[in-house]
Amino acid sequence: MRVKSNAFLIAVSAVILGLIAGGILMLAIGSNPFEGFFYLFRGGLMNMERVGNTIATAITLMLVGLSVAFAFKTGLFNIGAAGQMLVGGLCATLVAHYVFLPRPFYLLVIILCAFAGGALWGVIPGLLKARFNVHEVVATIMMNWIAYWSVYYFVPAYLKGPSLETESKSIAIEQTLRSPWLTKIFGGGYINLGIFFAIAAVFIIKYVLDKTTLGFELKAVGSNRFCAEYAGIRVNRNVIISMMIAGGLAGLAGMTFYTGYSRNIQIGVMPSMGFDGIAVALLGASNPIGVLLSALFFGMLQSGKGFMNAMTDVPPEIADTIIATIIYFTATSVLFSRFWDSLGKRKKKRLDAKREASAKEAGNA
Amino acid sequence: MRNGEQKQNKFASPLAMLIYVVLALVVLALFSTSHLIRLIMPYAIAYTIPMLMTALGGLYSERSGVTNLGLEGLMLVGYFACALTIRLTEQTLLTAALPLGLLMGVLAGALFSLLHAFASINLKADQVISGTAINMLASALTVYLARTIAGSGNVRIMLGIVRQDVPLLSSIPGLGTLFFTQSYWSTWVALAVWGASWFLLYKTSFGLRLRACGEHPSAVASAGVNVYRMRYFGVTMSGALAGLGGSIILITYSGEFNGTVAGLGFLSIAALIFGQWKPLGILGATFFFGTATTIANVSQVIPQFGVIPPVIFKVFPYVVTLLALVAFSKRSAAPKAAGEPF
Repeated sequence: MRVKSNAFLIAVSAVILGLIAGGILMLAIGSNPFEGFFYLFRGGLMNMERVGNTIATAITLMLVGLSVAFAFKTGLFNIGAAGQMLVGGLCATLVAHYVFLPRPFYLLVIILCAFAGGALWGVIPGLLKARFNVHEVVATIMMNWIAYWSVYYFVPAYLKGPSLETESKSIAIEQTLRSPWLTKIFGGGYINLGIFFAIAAVFIIKYVLDKTTLGFELKAVGSNRFCAEYAGIRVNRNVIISMMIAGGLAGLAGMTFYTGYSRNIQIGVMPSMGFDGIAVALLGASNPIGVLLSALFFGMLQSGKGFMNAMTDVPPEIADTIIATIIYFTATSVLFSRFWDSLGKRKKKRLDAKREASAKEAGNA
Repeated sequence: MRNGEQKQNKFASPLAMLIYVVLALVVLALFSTSHLIRLIMPYAIAYTIPMLMTALGGLYSERSGVTNLGLEGLMLVGYFACALTIRLTEQTLLTAALPLGLLMGVLAGALFSLLHAFASINLKADQVISGTAINMLASALTVYLARTIAGSGNVRIMLGIVRQDVPLLSSIPGLGTLFFTQSYWSTWVALAVWGASWFLLYKTSFGLRLRACGEHPSAVASAGVNVYRMRYFGVTMSGALAGLGGSIILITYSGEFNGTVAGLGFLSIAALIFGQWKPLGILGATFFFGTATTIANVSQVIPQFGVIPPVIFKVFPYVVTLLALVAFSKRSAAPKAAGEPF
């Protein structure tokens, strides 16, 4: 696994290049990039509340990143996390409004419902892929828009808030994922119980992928589906399962976003985190631990951008630009691996040349 | 294999195309008496044209062997560049700012697509991921630039294309009222580009080579054609045409850059598949989407549609696309080497 040992180096190179690109953009509009980055990181980490917000942003990114990474492992590209988030979030919001149970049971119900909603939205493209060979990228994008418009009409009809037409009524604070003791530790902010669910999900997914037959089969289908089929693995079944679990994870992300981070669903907004999650998965090299780390990093960028915008002239979109640049550089990671390899090779060549020269000299003598 | 080729020849032959077109026109002429159709048609065409251009761009790219999922972003770049150009020049150039804006939109799209071309042709990157990166980069960068240059994330322009009747043709009974009254000049430019593209791709040896690059690049390479150059051409054309599509949105029905093209780029990709990677198929598919979008938009104000919940109309194009993909899955005409680095 040469690639794996390189993954960390590639990720770091991509991050550095992304930050440099961001710096150049700040320079281009006449701002001081050092000042910009200072406020960007300060905005994400300045005090406990801001750290809490960074983590709260990272929770959602982590779950979406896991969803995308899980599908990647089976060779599928789940670009539909946004739609799965919407549906999972809608299910969770419905539970939060209408289900009243003791806290542990309530949490169980809300998790199951959000997972089921996302899984439903994920399994449809999975079925289409397995059964009819419809490309999952197009299918999931269509599912995104179907979710977008369904929520657009469902929320005003059944969950209308008292004042605003464009969002659902707020969930009572006891019914959200926020918890008094967490809020107390971090001094307010958006921090919620989702952090434990997200970390649990990271380790469960890691266990499933590394230690179970299911995980092995999924990875086998991802690396070579013909070989997997030859070995007796039911490829189609694995494609469906993979998309279902990926959808469910994105549904959980929707739950943490709509019933933890915020307390209502806005209509007419495609959650951009559904796409940022792709960046998380790519930067984390589809490895659950990598996803955890890169989600924290992106979470910091996303939650610090507002503060930076307030303190400098740099528009907040700089964070998204940096993230997008990082994905571009991860996609072209061949460039870095070639670069690092060539560094290694050059050293080897130099050594070889030296050895050859000395051998020749010895021969001449 | 041979079967597919024959089908393609039959489909692309001028005579067959003529028959299809005439048939379609006759059907439309019959319907043109309806007030409803006459009401919807101008909007349907306005929505169709940007998607048609973008999907046509996708056709160039995929036929040359590069999957381009970044069309949404490329559209957005064209949309932005056009808005900015017109905003900065409309005071001095007046209506001449419009064609200049289109041109800049096309150029910006083409330039931006070079990122995708470099990644997927030279670096052999995963084209789906590179395309996604293009989309995200475009949506972040355009708003970033809009905020710094124009002062806000939205760029509004004063000018727009004035709808005009086409002389002579608009007086044809039935068809004239449907197609030639109250039309944008950009529509005719777009249709000319569409026709020229069909000719270039299907009637010239250059087009044959380009399409061959998407089917069997090593065979083309052994015949002495530079596959890289062909694919660069394909991707750049996709950027240029998507930029044109985005610009047309601005100067026809939008009038304001607002940071998103609302999934039209993705819908164009769906139209490309729905249209089975053929120019006429794309025209039909995008027109279908354009009509569906229009019906969804006007359904509230037209009593005939009022009884059906609007959500049905809104999700209709996407559901139909999924169904169409299922229906076409058995005999997909996708270029065989699309998405594979050479």
